[in-house]
Formats: sequence, structure tokens, C-alpha cells
Amino acid sequence: MRKTFLTTEKYYSMSLNAKIPEGNINQKWENYKGHVKLVNTANKRKIEIVVIGTGLAGASAAATLGELGYKVKAFCFQDSPRRAHSIAAQGGINAAKNYQNDGDSVYRLFYDTVKGGDYRSREANVYRLAEVSANIIDQCVAQGVPFAREYGGLLSNRSFGGVQVQRTFYAAGQTGQQLLLGAYSALERQVALGNVTMYSRHEMLDIVVVDGKARGIIARDLVSGKLERHFGHAVLLCSGGYGNVFYLSTNAMGSNVTAAWKAHKKGAYFANPCYTQIHPTCIPLSGDHQSKLTLMSESLRNDGRIWVPKQKDDPRKGIDIPEDERDYYLERRYPAFGNLVPRDVASRAAKERCDAGYGVGTTKMAVYLDFADAIQRYGHIEAGKHGIHNPSSEEVIKMGREVVAEKYGNLFEMYEKITGENPYERPMRIYPAVHYTMGGLWVDYELQTSVPGLYALGEANFSDHGANRLGASALMQGLADGYFVIPYTVGNYLAGEIGTVPIPTSHEAFEKAENEVSARIEKLMSIKGTESVESFHKRLGKILWNKCGMARNEQGLKEAIEEVRALREEFWNNVRIPGDINSFNNELDKAGRVADFMELGELMCLDALDRKESCGAHFREESQTPDGEAKRDDSHFSYVAAWEFKGGNNWELHKEDLVFDEIHLTQRSYK
Amino acid sequence: MEHYNMNLTLKVWRQKNSDTKGHFETFKVGDISSEMSFLEMFDVLNERLVSENKEPVAFDHDCREGICGACSMYIDGEPHGPWAKTTTCQLHMRAFKDGDTIVVEPWRSKAFPVIKDLMVDRSAFDRIIQAGGFVSVNTGNAVDANSLPIVRYKAEEAFNSAACIGCGACVAACKNGSAMLFVGAKVSQLAMLPQGDPERTTRVLNMVAQMDKEGFGNCSNTYACEAECPKGISVANIARLNHEYLRAGLCSEEGDL
Repeated sequence: MRKTFLTTEKYYSMSLNAKIPEGNINQKWENYKGHVKLVNTANKRKIEIVVIGTGLAGASAAATLGELGYKVKAFCFQDSPRRAHSIAAQGGINAAKNYQNDGDSVYRLFYDTVKGGDYRSREANVYRLAEVSANIIDQCVAQGVPFAREYGGLLSNRSFGGVQVQRTFYAAGQTGQQLLLGAYSALERQVALGNVTMYSRHEMLDIVVVDGKARGIIARDLVSGKLERHFGHAVLLCSGGYGNVFYLSTNAMGSNVTAAWKAHKKGAYFANPCYTQIHPTCIPLSGDHQSKLTLMSESLRNDGRIWVPKQKDDPRKGIDIPEDERDYYLERRYPAFGNLVPRDVASRAAKERCDAGYGVGTTKMAVYLDFADAIQRYGHIEAGKHGIHNPSSEEVIKMGREVVAEKYGNLFEMYEKITGENPYERPMRIYPAVHYTMGGLWVDYELQTSVPGLYALGEANFSDHGANRLGASALMQGLADGYFVIPYTVGNYLAGEIGTVPIPTSHEAFEKAENEVSARIEKLMSIKGTESVESFHKRLGKILWNKCGMARNEQGLKEAIEEVRALREEFWNNVRIPGDINSFNNELDKAGRVADFMELGELMCLDALDRKESCGAHFREESQTPDGEAKRDDSHFSYVAAWEFKGGNNWELHKEDLVFDEIHLTQRSYK
Repeated sequence: MEHYNMNLTLKVWRQKNSDTKGHFETFKVGDISSEMSFLEMFDVLNERLVSENKEPVAFDHDCREGICGACSMYIDGEPHGPWAKTTTCQLHMRAFKDGDTIVVEPWRSKAFPVIKDLMVDRSAFDRIIQAGGFVSVNTGNAVDANSLPIVRYKAEEAFNSAACIGCGACVAACKNGSAMLFVGAKVSQLAMLPQGDPERTTRVLNMVAQMDKEGFGNCSNTYACEAECPKGISVANIARLNHEYLRAGLCSEEGDL
């Protein structure tokens, strides 16, 4: 049984072609755009495109392709495209505008992103991302997205982790919501114009491949339970990440890997599945009943200081511990970046302190994020502004809290609702949680997967964030892919498809795919076991969190693979799904998703096992420096691991060598 | 914060689909922690129903962070329950005490037909946005973002209107089933910004026409919508909607003259 991961190390191919354009890094995208094939307006009207997911990537792609004149069909499982989980992004979106005149540039955003990703992303893709970042802000403002502004009426910026400039644009703590509503409004405009047909409460359950090309999907209407066939000259997967494989994450309850996984099983390679981002500032777990974890935006680290008591198992309340008995461990270990180190570094440091016995709160699996200093600092500044020379400490605190409330008010309210504690009066308790997945479907420079005609955008692909994503870059990538990249690249493919008449959905490939989907649903319903889907999902999550989470080692990963396989076997023999097939049945929807998560979980462990180095979010305990920092191994692991599904428990590893022409690889240091 | 456990009686609306009649079903749930969210309490109930081979209660939910707008329960006579400015998913069980009986219904409104149990169809909101809740700007047409300075307080007011999550609590709270707060928020956001100006007149006329077509009622100024809105969207948005509508009636359809 263990043969799979032992043999993959020796047998792999180097057949992947990322199709990176010729030329200097700053000319590649210009060159590409200048020479790419175009589809004329009359022909666009004859071409149909299927878009799965309506988050930032999907909504922006569907809207833009509709504007161009293509016939678009967009699908989401939510009741409205406006509810996709991009909406929950809090902190902001990066762009190399250099409005602050603090030395920012396209190159610097590119450099920060490659370095932040621990040198495991593809240079050309990241450079293009940085290039189009400025257009995104322009586009969103034109749509009426109400970003934060200064008194002069111009846009405001703030800092995020891993960066020394202020390039993050934001709308209070609801940036994702505002950007998504912008893209959603553009999408609905195209729906009204008849260019996009919207299918909400629909879930994609398979890709249809005809003569080696993606030609459509099988979808299930979640209300009626009926299966539907939809043709497309091309299919775009904008279905987000797979963080919910861990059960507990900051993802929405419905976020899932199913669309990407079905594509994987139909030939799309899955790249770097083990690269999952554990976000350092989330509200800690309170009990077994918990269904999800809630993020507290990274922007809080602009003003909040992270600390634990210097004394182990300190029984005192945070506010009762004097200053000299606190360990501001990020400021101590990383003086250059302090509390604004990248997410992977901050998360591991929190885990290290808690594992060593310095954690706080009832579970001792939390650290403090403290705003007392910021309140004092802002209070004194405000007093100065109002000409109060000797403010009382009450006045300082009052004015300081007002400033903090203006910046982070909605986050503080959310914290108080969930925990019942007032973070203006006592420090927040936080702990890392699964938040984002850098891994995803392998795509080339054109965002095309290894199946022709099948594209992956946004979090669903792997390409831009390497082994660790910097804060405020997910929104940037989703919108870059949808608004500015795919309209060019999909055209390059579709220019060769103008002679393809729509394939009738009575074609045998549609017939076969629908029968397979239907058989799987019937099989799930026929098991009639004793254990709920939720229970299996929780068990899967525990295995992965403990053995393929923030830190991993060879033995644990090997155990995890066996455990996941055994769990999968048990699932297919003992899951219980009430209700029936031909009506709304959320238990059935969840069962299909969890079944896919179980297969993915095994591949994640396999990938983690193959990568013997530590890099970014992937911390292999066997590979660390003497002071406990992640130790990369560029000579052996400077590649993208792209896994090809070979049936059953078998995968073949394809490696895309990462070539760094622009950036010199160094051991990352934030000290 | 002291934690405690409680035993509760739930009276929950059950309805198989939009074609059948619904009824209340009573459940006893025990050992509910005050730390749970309201939806986690429903998770506990649903796990039990699954174990008894019964169909779990269907309800809409997704982000569980109070921002996606999916969750929509009418709890003890109030949309999203007893806490002000809080979605159902952010309501926590410490709002209740041991022995309480809690009545849970779906949104009740002609324009939001029940799909199953506590789930309703809110696609009318999407169609209202399709009628004009956008700025007609294609991708790639934008000028530099800072070439358009916007007075800060106006940008903030526009943001306050744009914070609407489209959950429909305003409609559910209204005795007339009016969607004026939802429509007013979007019309206001775009009316306060220069980007929205060119389509200001047609937008409000078209969105209001669609709102009427969907079967939403009229506003009679009870302010229940503002009181129940989880995002605190102000009824000032309804005043602005009325202002915009009146103004549109006075202006020519070609815009400001």
C-alpha cells in the first residue's frame, strides 16, 4: 500500500510546459498581449463559456467576458452570487500604486510576493500580478467601491505583514465585501443585458471532456436535486480553496474542493496541495461544538502587540501582568519586522510559545494581541491635536479608544460577540487557524490547467503565492485573474475554437459523465450507515491538523496517509445520509464534498511527505535551522510538485522547475 | 465571562417545499453551552436528527462571520433574534437562559417564498440589482483612482450604505414586507458618489419599478427595518431613496438639466 509514495520519488516526468513568454520580466506580459490571438466580436457571440464560482475571480471573469460579448453561464452553490466567501476578506487589497511615495513599485511588490512565498512561486506570473495590481484599484473605484479615504479626498493605505511600505487599500474591515459587491454588480449588469446566465444554488459535479478538451459540466440543482448538462467551449474554475479539508477553518461552511477535485480526476494536475496557510490571528477554539474559526484581520498587527507571560502557566489575567513580565516574542525574535512578520512566521512562533507552556486562556492554546499601547499612543496624539497639554489618563484612554474604534471597530465588535470579552479593556486572545490554500490546480502562464480548455483562477489555482501568501494578496490575485488576465488568455485558446459548433449535450461524453455522477449519488444514499457526514469530516480534520498542519514530520505523515485511507473506507461503508435525492438535501451535498476532501487529504500528506524541506507554511520538523527557523533546500526542492491522478490511490508526480532569473534566492530573514 | 449549559425547547417551522403547507415542530435540546453560536445549537439538533434517521432542519448559512448575508432566521418574533446589529450566525447562546422556549421561523414575506423549512428564495434582491444597482463601466475603462477625489465624509456615508449584506431582515421585519431599506441603501451609495452620477435618474426609477414588480410592500415609516438590520443601515437611506425618486420624476430621463 505504501508503494505509491515511495515510488513517486524516483519516477517523475519533467514534461510540464508553463508557456512563459520570452523577454525580460517586465516585457513578458506586454509581449504576450501584443501577440496573442484575438476573437472578433461576431465570433464571440457564438462562443459559450462556463464559469464555476462567483467570488472575486469568478464574478470578475464572468462579468468581463460577458462585456466582451461571449455567452457566459455562471454557477454558484450559494443562493446568490453575492455571498461567495471572498466577501469575508477583511483587511485589504495590495496594489503597487505608490500613492504614499514610500518607495513602492511594481518590482517591489513582485519581490515582496516572491520572497513572502519563500521562493516557491513562478516569477513571470507574480510579476504580471504586480503589474496589473494598479488597474484593479482603478477599476474598483470606477465601479463605486467605497475605499477608505484621507481628508484630501484621496485613497488611504495601510501596512500588512512581510512588507515595509504602505500599499494596502481597504474599506474598514470589509474590503472583500466591497470588492465582491463591485464585481457582483458588474456581473448582475451583464445578467440583465443577457450576456451572462446565472445558475445559483447549483453545484458542479463533473467536468465533461470531449476529445481531450474540456467541453462542459454536469451540475446539480441543489433545490430540486436534478442533474443538468451544460456545454461550454471553455470552462473556468473559480471555485476557491480547500481549507475546509481541516474541518475547522476560517472558510465558509460551504467552501469545498469538489469542482477542483473533479477536474483533477479528469486530468488536471493538482499542484503543491500541502501548501496551506495557517493564519496567526484567529479567535481560539472554545469547545467541541465549534463549527468554524473566525479570523481577526492581519491589519490588527499594525497596532496590536503580541505577547505571552514570561512565566509558564501564569495564572494571572493579562491586564494584571506587569510590563517587565511579558514576552513580546515577535519583537524579541524579529526586531526588523516585529509584529508584522509574515503569516507563516507569526503562526509558528505562536505555536512554539504555546507548545512550550506559555499559552494563555482556559485552553492555554492562545496568545495575547494587545492594544493598550496603541490606545495610549493614539490618545496622546489626539490630546495634542486638541491642544490638551496635560491630559488625564482617563482622557487619553477615551480618545485613544475612539481612534482604535474608528480603525478596527467592526473587528472588536465581532470579537466581543463571539467571546463575550471587551477587547478595549483586556487583550484579545488569538491562535493560528487554517485560512487559505496556496496549493491548487496546476496552471500555465495562461491560467490553463493540464486539460486544454479548462482554466483555474484565483485561490483555485496554485501559481502566485508560492509556499506562503502575504496578507491582502488574495483579493489582488482573484481580481487580477478575472478582470485582467483571463480575458486575454482564454481568447488565445478560443480563437482556435471559432469553428467548433456547440456540442449537443446528448453527446455520449455528457451521457457518461452524468451517469457516473448519478451512480455516485445513489451509492452514497444507499450506504445507510450509522455515522453522520459531520462526524466523518471532523475526524478527517483532526488527522490533517495534527499531522499535516503547521508542522509535519515523516512518521506523522505516513501515519496520516494510513489513517485517512482507513477513514475513507469507513465512510463509504458507514455514512448515514437522511432524506432523498430529488429534493433539497444538505446532508447529501456535504457527503459528496467530504468524500472528495478525503481523497484530497491523502494527496496533501503525500505531497508533504515528498517535500523534505521546510518552506513557507510547510514546516518539516526534520529541516530547521539551529534557532528553529524553517530551512529551505533549494538544491533539491525548487520545483512545483504537480500531481497527476492515476486512479485509486495512485498519483504520478510531475515537477516544474522554478527558474529565478530576477530574484536571488536567499534564506528568508525578517530579523 | 461565566459559561453555563442550558436545556431549551425549540419550536421550529418545518415545510417540505414551496408547494406544501408548513407547521411547527417542537424539539427539546439539552446541554447547550452558552459559548455556542445559535447556528451551532442547530448543528447539535441536526446531528441528533440524523442519528434518529430524521431529516435535519434546512436553513441558509455560509460564512458564519456575519458578512455573507445567507443566514436568515426569525427568532422569537425578530429577524436574527434578540441582539441588536447581529446576524443569526453571530447570535450566541448566552443570549438565552436555561428553560427558555425559542420560536424559529423563516423570513415571512410574499416576495421571499419558502423553499424548505427555514430557507427562503431571495432572488428578488438580485433582480433589483440587475435593474440598476451598478455603475455601467466595463473592465479596462477606468482612469487613475486618485484622479477622482471624494470628500471623506461622503465616501464614509457611501460605505455605510454599501455595508448592506442583502440578508432581507429589513423585509422580514416590515409589516408591509417593504424592501425600501435594501433598495435605498444601494441607490444612496451610488447617488452619493460621483461615479454613480451619470445613471442617477434611470437607476432609481428602474430599481423602484423592479421592487414593485417583485411584490414588496410600501414603506409606512415604522423604522422596524433599521431596528432589525444586522449592519445598522439607517432609515436615512429610505429618505434619500424618496429624494432620489422625486428628483428623478422632476428631471428628464436624460439626466440632470
